[in-house]
Amino acid sequence: MSSTPSVLPSNVSSRNSRPNPITATLEWFGELGIFVWTVIKAAVTPPFQIAEFGRQLDEIGAKSVPLVILAGSAIGVVLALETRYSLVRFGAKSLLPATIVFAVVTEMSPIITGLVVSGRVGAGIGAELAAMKVTEQIDAIEASAVDPHKLLAATRIAACIVAMPLLTVAASFFGIFCGWITATLMEPVSLMRFINEGFKGAAFKDLLPPTFKTCVYGMIIGTVACFQGMRTRGGAEGVGRAATTSVVLSSLFLILSDVVLVKVIQLLFP
Amino acid sequence: MPVNDLPVNDMPVSEEYKPATKNSSEDSEPAIVIDQITKSFGSQKVLDGVSFQVQRGETLAILGRSGTGKSVLLRIIVGLEPPDSGKPLILGTNMSQASIAEINSVRKQMGFLFQHAALYDSLTVAENVAFPLIHHRPKMSASERSDCVHALLQEVGLEGHSEKMPSDISGGMQKRAGLARALALDPVILLLDEPTAGLDPISSGEIDELILKLQKEHQMASIVVTHDMVSAKTIATRIALMDKGKIIIQGTIEELQKSDEAFVTQFLHRDF
Repeated sequence: MSSTPSVLPSNVSSRNSRPNPITATLEWFGELGIFVWTVIKAAVTPPFQIAEFGRQLDEIGAKSVPLVILAGSAIGVVLALETRYSLVRFGAKSLLPATIVFAVVTEMSPIITGLVVSGRVGAGIGAELAAMKVTEQIDAIEASAVDPHKLLAATRIAACIVAMPLLTVAASFFGIFCGWITATLMEPVSLMRFINEGFKGAAFKDLLPPTFKTCVYGMIIGTVACFQGMRTRGGAEGVGRAATTSVVLSSLFLILSDVVLVKVIQLLFP
Repeated sequence: MPVNDLPVNDMPVSEEYKPATKNSSEDSEPAIVIDQITKSFGSQKVLDGVSFQVQRGETLAILGRSGTGKSVLLRIIVGLEPPDSGKPLILGTNMSQASIAEINSVRKQMGFLFQHAALYDSLTVAENVAFPLIHHRPKMSASERSDCVHALLQEVGLEGHSEKMPSDISGGMQKRAGLARALALDPVILLLDEPTAGLDPISSGEIDELILKLQKEHQMASIVVTHDMVSAKTIATRIALMDKGKIIIQGTIEELQKSDEAFVTQFLHRDF
């Protein structure tokens, strides 16, 4: 049941008191925890919103592909240009393919994909749900005896979790491919040789865990964006604020989580 | 003299509307029982001991000044907002103490028209109307659902607009679409939050006539929250006037006209 109506009586201010920043931060995390628990309960109880999940997977995943490919390609080019110079200087030019592959797959591709998706999808989800909140559409869903946490939040978060590793693979592929093109333009090397040299010595822990850590990124982006959107108040200003804070907070938490996840992967896959 | 130019007290009550006769013991129980509801937001008390009942086939119009908690009352009835105290008994279920499953069971028997229709703007008009059917009538085939949606849109006069998006239709048409969606599950209770707000007098009259027609056909227990006295006079069997969080008087328009309370007299003569 909603506890904060989107429309208050006109003579009740929604800004009666401003709590101090520490209290506000603790309240935010508390409400986030309640929201996450509510969404988890909604997600695991039938009926399951399969059609809506599919629609969101298309919106979040398929429609982010061009942007992610572009970002991944740029990363590959920049890495090839920057690292070649350093490696030549230290007489380690032959390590260029491996450097590009490892850098792209283990860190650059996941983090860049996460930040790009955070910007596009995080803002989109935050703004969409915020607009629905201020126009009472979420209340209408609830009044229709449909759980908005199940229909709106769980589907979007699940779509983000599934889409992120797939997008990361796409970004990694194009990052490596464009890295090869850049390297070849400076000194011709066949694609097959580049790939063989690049993946020489690569192990499971080097390739798959970094890709699947993006599932955590997807969970962060979807959860923060849905949470900020569904708690919006304040009309158009609130919608703008929801979109902005969705991007800022999801990007911040994404980067912070990367610090933790890198260490966890190193511990789990020594 | 056109009807809308007559003083409120002289306006004719619609001849079409007749309250339902009580045929069974089930019908004799009020569908809605609101008992001493209070609600505050911070230090502001918006509902202060509100009580009333609504039978099936009856339309209660709740009037009051803008921003005095009328919409909050509807939100409490549909379970979107818990009261601070009191009992909102809807079809025998206390909405403030029931489980979410029980609340949803009651909600499936209610239709709610929000003030601005609250149509889902990513769905077409037809998809909006089909929304309750998709989620609560899973065994209905696609063709049956399509026929049902078509019939509902025809009932509200929107049969040629089913594939349009909510942003492509007027405010009055959005209200009609919202009404069609509210009626999709053939509800026992209908809640309308300022159905004529923001509409021109002609569109308001059309919405009033539509509500009257639907009430006559479906015999629902209806609550209309409005500050439009003309609309209330047209569609309501009883009127309740709210002021400072309390219902100060409720009854038929004739009973209200006999009151010598200054607020009532002022409201009936629309001096706001």
